[in-house]
Amino acid sequence: MEAPVKKIARTAQRMRRDIIEMLAEAGSGHPGGSLSATDIVAVLFFHLMNHDASWPERPDRDRFVLSKGHAAPVLYAALAEAGYFGREHLSTLRKLGSMLQGHPDSSKTPGVEVSTGSLGQGLAIANGIALALRLDGNEDPRVFCLLGDGELQEGEVWEAAMFAAHHDLSNVIAFVDHNELQIDGACTDVLCLGDIAVKFSAFGWRVFACDGHDIRDLIDTAEQATQAARAHRSPAVVVCRTVKGKGVSFMENAVEWHGKAPNAEQKRAALAELGFGEEAR
Amino acid sequence: MSEKRATREALGATLIALAAEGVDVVVVEADLSKSTTTSSFAEVFPSRFFNAGVAEQNMMGTAAGLAAAGKVAFTGSFAVFATGRAYDQVRNTICYSGLNVKLTPTHAGITVGPDGGSHQMLEDIALMRVLPGMRVLVPADVHAAAGAIRVAATTPGPFYVRLGRAPLASVYAEGYEFELGRATVLREGSDVTLAACGVMVERALEAADALIAEGISAEVVDVATIKPIDADTLADSAARTGAVVACEEHSIVGGLGSAVAEVLGERAPVPFRRVGVRDVFGTSGEAEELMRHFGLTAENIADAAKEAVSAKR
Repeated sequence: MEAPVKKIARTAQRMRRDIIEMLAEAGSGHPGGSLSATDIVAVLFFHLMNHDASWPERPDRDRFVLSKGHAAPVLYAALAEAGYFGREHLSTLRKLGSMLQGHPDSSKTPGVEVSTGSLGQGLAIANGIALALRLDGNEDPRVFCLLGDGELQEGEVWEAAMFAAHHDLSNVIAFVDHNELQIDGACTDVLCLGDIAVKFSAFGWRVFACDGHDIRDLIDTAEQATQAARAHRSPAVVVCRTVKGKGVSFMENAVEWHGKAPNAEQKRAALAELGFGEEAR
Repeated sequence: MSEKRATREALGATLIALAAEGVDVVVVEADLSKSTTTSSFAEVFPSRFFNAGVAEQNMMGTAAGLAAAGKVAFTGSFAVFATGRAYDQVRNTICYSGLNVKLTPTHAGITVGPDGGSHQMLEDIALMRVLPGMRVLVPADVHAAAGAIRVAATTPGPFYVRLGRAPLASVYAEGYEFELGRATVLREGSDVTLAACGVMVERALEAADALIAEGISAEVVDVATIKPIDADTLADSAARTGAVVACEEHSIVGGLGSAVAEVLGERAPVPFRRVGVRDVFGTSGEAEELMRHFGLTAENIADAAKEAVSAKR
């Protein structure tokens, strides 16, 4: 177990490097929520999910829906790492003509299942995909949906939560990137989310919690969640305690890094902290 | 004349037929299946019908997911909720991804009747028409509605098919093949073009009859596809008649009238009038009473036609 954990941790660190580099190159974008979600996405793409970069449409693949679409850089970093497209595309993020739009666009980017970016919509889409898989008798694939915590303020999330439980969508597994910050400040100050676990539980979900930066904990908890979902014929959610901007000290827990790109100096400092200093490269 | 039927009656029946023919149709409804007639589909194909409850945004999102995974996903509800309540889902999730979701809400327009202005959707054509990739169909009778639903089901990408609850006389025969993007000249004329959609087609034909007595020859065009609009047919007709009246059970802002004006402005500028709801909300009343109240009768169309004709030099 230790070997894969270390490998995933190293992959996540490369993804963080890519996030910093592509955002610095783009000159805009969302580092905070990309870095908080990096370990979750790394565990999904490089451990949990059955997928195939050489055949993105493979019918038996697990699906991933990035409901918090502004964290597009972490998805692009994972897709590039997995080989869905060449790394040279990363530097085109947010530029005219790029396949890497500011928010995920399924019509442009291989490996992006659905376009997202307007918050609150991913879970309903994940439910629809799960229903279609069931109708097709293709119930092995799981549909993973990554939500932000601020995003839980959107009413559609709870419409979809009710729906998933009603329809026993046991192949829908949601992750909440619970970094406790949103654009205008702390979630508790902007609009208190209350107890996320209790809320999902009341909506009929199996609920799990873990440290969203502990690879081992993430793997174990996610596996428990998927097994419990199957066993109880209900959807499951993993509430991941995370740190916004994780891995770059000056971005950590800092609201202002929700939607701001690092300048050249900040990029160098961030990469050095991540273990990709100029001497190391 | 056969008995009058509402365009909504085509919905459940056509969906059942399509599914029986092997089209991979699914339906997501929002607690209005009896009103929209999707309940009949639910009875025949229960595993392919999903009720989102009173949650139109979730209805659209779920349909988007079903479509993303290969299904032809139809949605229900009333026009006011399907377009207004869930607009962002229609824009950002369905149209932005070009998903195979077919919006077929019912109860559009003032012919909803007594439920009043909150439920009488008069802005839906405008809202749907501006979305890139969305096709907007407004069938004039139950047979055209069945055809429009078939076209939507078998043509990739998002569609909006506007259906109503008012019983309408048949303009077309059963089995009518709806042609996407084509306006149909129902009656040829030489003095004025009456470009109508939906419930107003029947009234435009009545107006054309009445205008004969006034010595005015009116051409009636059913603009059943509002997007992509049949600019050629409209411009040709306008060039021949020299005057146009647009007739719709919708706001005069942004709907058929606006779409026709855009075509005429660029290709055939002629005197032009709009018959429609004049930028106000609806109100309670019986359907025909409301059509009179808001100036949407055959007589109103004929009056507008005379104005347009007299504005010609």
